[in-house]
Amino acid sequence: MISKPFSRRSFLQQSALALGGAVGASAAGEASVEMPFANGHRRLVKFSQKREMILLTHRPPQLETPFAVFNDGLLTPNDAFFVRYHLSGLPESIDAETFRLSVKGLVKTPLSLSLADLKGMDSVEVVAVNQCSGNSRGFFQPRVAGGQSGNGAMGNARWKGVRLKDVLDKAGVSEGAKQVVCDGLDKPVVPATPDFIKSLEIDHARDGEIVLAYEMNGKELPMLNGYPLRLVVPGYYGTYWIKHLSELNVVGETFAGFFMSIGYRIPQTPGGCVEPGTTPTSTVPITKFKIRSFLTSHMDGDKLNKNQEITLRGIAFDSGAGITEVQLSTDGGQTWQGAKLGKDLGKYSFREWTFAWKPGASGAASLQCRAFNRLGETQPTTPLWNPAGYMRNVVESTSVTIL
Amino acid sequence: MPRFPTLTFLLLSAAGIAALAEPRKFDLPAETGTYRSGEGSQLAQTFCLNCHSTEYVETQPPMPEKFWDANVKKMKDKFGATLPDDITPLVKYLSANYGAPAAVR
Repeated sequence: MISKPFSRRSFLQQSALALGGAVGASAAGEASVEMPFANGHRRLVKFSQKREMILLTHRPPQLETPFAVFNDGLLTPNDAFFVRYHLSGLPESIDAETFRLSVKGLVKTPLSLSLADLKGMDSVEVVAVNQCSGNSRGFFQPRVAGGQSGNGAMGNARWKGVRLKDVLDKAGVSEGAKQVVCDGLDKPVVPATPDFIKSLEIDHARDGEIVLAYEMNGKELPMLNGYPLRLVVPGYYGTYWIKHLSELNVVGETFAGFFMSIGYRIPQTPGGCVEPGTTPTSTVPITKFKIRSFLTSHMDGDKLNKNQEITLRGIAFDSGAGITEVQLSTDGGQTWQGAKLGKDLGKYSFREWTFAWKPGASGAASLQCRAFNRLGETQPTTPLWNPAGYMRNVVESTSVTIL
Repeated sequence: MPRFPTLTFLLLSAAGIAALAEPRKFDLPAETGTYRSGEGSQLAQTFCLNCHSTEYVETQPPMPEKFWDANVKKMKDKFGATLPDDITPLVKYLSANYGAPAAVR
């Protein structure tokens, strides 16, 4: 089963790229990768403040992190962090001096907060994974419409900012508040297109976990990741992580905007999935991450030496219950052994795992990893399916050859 | 001499504030894609490019006509795209140029 984001060929292309070679270059001299699914040809393009990233779309921008980055360290560098916009109406420019966050609606004191105001409040830091709802959508079978991501529409960063709870408390939430409606500065280009606006349940908004981040890995946020302020909703899919956050509107009803009531919904079934190719009878908004794990140290097609011990390495994460165990199988899922968990950067972070392995027999080997969390949840061995291509978390397999 | 360090500090601070205060702009590389030539390509050039670049079509899986019909309808009805009343020629163009090969339809 193919479940790595890159084929061997694309890995060679990337290696060739790093060496200045021509293997991955088109006639125009353009670097590219091939995702292992139909229409998986992707250009590697450098956007401002970013290194060369996998170009999914230009406008609105969608950039995917080259998977090798996830083996470099637990925190994803800002210049390699994935980008996903919905609307092409990006703000012309953002001035940190005049930028304001408006807090309004069912509050006792409506606020207009500058960045300086926010930085003057108590700050908090959290290491948290952000992952696109449609991360890995390209692997869905049958295929579905939408951004055709490999596994690189995710990243892990140290976010610094103020608690949403503290901002709401400063404004004073009034009786009858039900949700907080969050909007950013990106807008549609056609008036009839719905604006990208998301809502959070008031109890979630006030639980102290959500952060209005003005720093990412110790620096200001890149423009393409939401400068100067973005919502960080730990454990929740990226759709809630509003970029260029400019408005919090406390409302007394369930917000009915397009991206809550029509878009970003999953089947109302256990696991949020339906029989592949079928339509759910009812849906609910997508919320928390499903548990996932990846092997990052090796890729499909790698060749390993018999009787030579190597370290398999990878990452695991869930929605914040906490990873308790990662297991490895080197025989295609027949037997499993525990991996060693690395440093704990917090329950919303990637958790590193390592596993020492000495291949004992020549031939093909299928490496698989699966994570468990405090709730006893783990990953399915066959992929779950839903029509929007959300929440993929199947046990990943990597095919290697032992020489 | 105590005034000089103070002055230097003030000047550096002023420079620092000026650098911080500079508005940030998106500096996006130029789009390079075009829609594949074929009957109806002008429709895609005219309408689809209003809201998004060509990769939104280019990277979709090779799917049969009903997939393209559903997605053009989604653009029109849910995303409020400006499109002709009769979307059939656009759907035919997308299906013929980006759809599944005839053998697997």
